[in-house]
Amino acid sequence: MIRRTSKAWLYLLPALLFLGFFMVYPLFDVFVYSVEEGYNSASQTYFGTGLYNYSYVLHDPYFLQAVKNTFIIVIITVPLSTAFALAISLALSSVKKLKELYQTVFFLPYVTNTLAVGLVFMILFKKTAYTDGMVNLLIQLFGGKSVDFIDGPYWAKMFVMCFYTIWVVMPFKILILTSALASVNQDYYNAARVDATPKWRIFTRITLPMISPMIFYLIITGFIGAFKAYSDEVALFGTDLNAAGMNTIVGYVYDMLYGNSGGYPSYASAAAVLLFAIVLTITCINLLVSGRNVRT
Amino acid sequence: MNNTDYQKIALGAARRERAGKIGLYVFLTLWALMVLFPFYWMLLTSVKSYSAYNSEYVPKFFTLAPTLQNYVDAFTLVPLARYFTNTIIFTLATTAMMMLVIVPAAFAFARLEFRGKNLLFTLFLSLMMIPSELVVITNFQTITNWGMRNTFWGLILPSVTSVFYIYLLKENFEQIPDELYKAAKVDGTSDLKYLLRVMIPICRPTLITITILKIIECWNSYVWPRLITDNENYFLVSNGIQAIRENGFGWSSPSR
Repeated sequence: MIRRTSKAWLYLLPALLFLGFFMVYPLFDVFVYSVEEGYNSASQTYFGTGLYNYSYVLHDPYFLQAVKNTFIIVIITVPLSTAFALAISLALSSVKKLKELYQTVFFLPYVTNTLAVGLVFMILFKKTAYTDGMVNLLIQLFGGKSVDFIDGPYWAKMFVMCFYTIWVVMPFKILILTSALASVNQDYYNAARVDATPKWRIFTRITLPMISPMIFYLIITGFIGAFKAYSDEVALFGTDLNAAGMNTIVGYVYDMLYGNSGGYPSYASAAAVLLFAIVLTITCINLLVSGRNVRT
Repeated sequence: MNNTDYQKIALGAARRERAGKIGLYVFLTLWALMVLFPFYWMLLTSVKSYSAYNSEYVPKFFTLAPTLQNYVDAFTLVPLARYFTNTIIFTLATTAMMMLVIVPAAFAFARLEFRGKNLLFTLFLSLMMIPSELVVITNFQTITNWGMRNTFWGLILPSVTSVFYIYLLKENFEQIPDELYKAAKVDGTSDLKYLLRVMIPICRPTLITITILKIIECWNSYVWPRLITDNENYFLVSNGIQAIRENGFGWSSPSR
């Protein structure tokens, strides 16, 4: 038994080492960092312990802006992308011809470098001295007024942001929902057809309840993912997100850690812990709600 | 009389059905265009010459004088080839190392019996809930203290393990019937040989899936490489693209 036990630990050793160094230890360390006041990364010294870092972060206008941006992105993109993905999956499941082709096309954004495509989105939406940009020309075509979506007013930037986020997260949701729809037992639909049940009723009484676990899974992971939004913002607005007023909480953490505004691991840790607290709270609420609504 | 009524109703129903189908296809096609357009635009812009691009107030949807000059520039004025090499090294090394780490771990959880297994597995699972943003700060400090900034080790080490993939693989390993293991034991096969000769071939689809997912993840990673590299010689493609963009707008190199 002892020999077997030691052999098992030997198999586990590499994983344990890596996880210990790069997950477990940092996990405790980040809380330590977040309460060390005036930490200096060059000399690795600090004045004392306390909650000053949290208070600094919570009073930092950049952080508050980042929290506001993140919440707007979460509240807009998660419901919209989930509903839209559901609509597309339903449409996909009710057509036969070209279904594979559509599925392949819809999956494309998942395997592409989001930074590269973000750059294209920026080009499409940006207004420069040379050109108003594709999107603005379209707006003008329909009689609207052009607006700079990348350096312009806040709502315009937020619109591009949300639009791009939805574009990026759609493939995964479509993939999950199409397979969920395909796995619903056809007998239910046949029974409903014998009873001449109206389409809408079939949807709300059969389809939706049957795939609700997957929908809730997508909503929960969607919330978590949207709260961690960062690299899509960089792709659209550049690395100086504070100047663009489009920073997110994760962006704030990285800015505090590194770059021109960096060198404050304590503030970064405090912000990261706050982010973790927010995500944990939202996830718990989500789980409670879904536990009440999903019948499995 | 009655007959024609039925025919009318049937015709109307068929027409409505067809209209619905067309509507569905229009909807799907619209989203497909939305997905494809940025890719098309990327390709189109890449073959437009710099001057042609700048002189178009209304961007053209096609170009009559495609040029490959931009690609030549990208590889000569910007060390794009180096970025690609770096990304390939990073991706392959990370994925290979991850496989070496997660396969034995998943095997131990799935097949071997040892004290504290359930407790350890629960701890593993609870690690899945930890967002990487929470640990990246300390990892940054660790790698900096180890003097591994601007090295491949610094890039690779923190992304080698994945609790989720261990979990996925363990579930898959457990699907393999116990009888095979016992038969192998009767034949005197060692655990390691059993893992290599039986379990890995059977679970090849899952292993391939994990490999592909990890490769995509590595290929697209941006945040960690950006933190850990400021030397151009170690930039990955994402960082390179971003650097080109910050220093010169899109298509021109910084030196222009």
